[in-house]
Amino acid sequence: MPSLQFRPENLLLEANSLRFDRRGEPVFNAVDLALESGKLLLILGANGSGKTTLLRCLAGVIRPIEGRIKVNARRAFLGHRTGIKAALSCRENLRFLQKFHGRAKSSPDQALARVGLAGFGLRLASTLSAGQKRRLGLASLLVSEREVWLLDEPYASLDDEGGALVDALVSEHLSGGGSVALSTHQRMPEIELEPSVLQLGSSIAAAAIA
Amino acid sequence: MIHSMLALLSQDVRLAIRHGGESLMPLMFLFSVIILVPLGVGPGPNLLSTIAPGMIWVAALLSSLLALERLFRPDYDDGSLEQWWLGHLPVYGLVTVRLFSHWLITGLPIILFAPIAAQMLYLPADALGTLMISLLLGTPILSLVGGLAAALTLSTNRGSVLLSILVFPLIVPVLIFATGAVSVAAEGISPRTHLGLLASMLVLALTLVPLAVSASLKLNIE
Repeated sequence: MPSLQFRPENLLLEANSLRFDRRGEPVFNAVDLALESGKLLLILGANGSGKTTLLRCLAGVIRPIEGRIKVNARRAFLGHRTGIKAALSCRENLRFLQKFHGRAKSSPDQALARVGLAGFGLRLASTLSAGQKRRLGLASLLVSEREVWLLDEPYASLDDEGGALVDALVSEHLSGGGSVALSTHQRMPEIELEPSVLQLGSSIAAAAIA
Repeated sequence: MIHSMLALLSQDVRLAIRHGGESLMPLMFLFSVIILVPLGVGPGPNLLSTIAPGMIWVAALLSSLLALERLFRPDYDDGSLEQWWLGHLPVYGLVTVRLFSHWLITGLPIILFAPIAAQMLYLPADALGTLMISLLLGTPILSLVGGLAAALTLSTNRGSVLLSILVFPLIVPVLIFATGAVSVAAEGISPRTHLGLLASMLVLALTLVPLAVSASLKLNIE
């Protein structure tokens, strides 16, 4: 029955009964989720509960064993490895990613300034600290227009200020009509919007103990 | 979709220039072989001109193997390879671009410097044109077949041994027809048949290899 709430144009990504096995061991089972514009999905779970695997499935990098993913939007995936080339400068990295993904949004310098790396344009990415590399990875989200952000542990190796930056970028993206799926196991996002939560791994972990 | 491919090409070339020494390795290797072998077998022009086609080709083959390990590995390690599968990018095209830039960095310098190598080995002047054409047709096949092996062995640790084992049998026909072409040209016979076969191998590899590479990269990422 169609409800008033349901508007299909707001549905950016939908996944039905996803299952993924690794060497016969189930990683996750029967996961249903929907990413709507302006909504945040929080993926929680212990180490090894399949948060990264689920996000990579949603990104289209790997195929689930079972289930269906319907995509109505461009996706951006930011993982542990951010795809930054150490031998290139920050600006060169961002300029490449902008041309590579198309649909230019912020300029590389604007994006660098937004993530607190103003003036780092000519610095080689290899000279950045771990936290600064994460910030450069966040800047790569800003240079191209992509509606769905899939962020895997975006708070990792960031200081408090960096964590607040992630929150600010996420809420800006959401208010711009985008959607974010975010996995975390430490810091919770501090934004006004109430996120929907997907808890992974509890049933499987219980089965493993039993 | 063209903009993604052009962006990748320009980044590959930029990175090759940044890693200057590493990119020149294949060419240095080629010339080490060309300079050292005459010292080993003796500098007589008769012997050298007979073995010249084979030597230049074997050196070209081995030197193209050198850079294969780094064809997809850095992108695999830093996570940029998985970005190729986000759904809006032409993976087939990106693979083709990557293989083309590999040829640009390893194959093209060899072709450009082949006349010098040919002179150093007393290759008959009549056969030089054929050598150039055979390299022009053959080095892209080396990059393509090598790229397939590199993609297949991407996630294996220390895949380089496996990589060479995979490449060699596939490359044998190329070596036979390429050196055959140069040898018959040196004897004054038309090398057209050999070159035709080489060209058909190139067409076959050019059409099928990017598909196979995309599939095996995907397999390795999963």
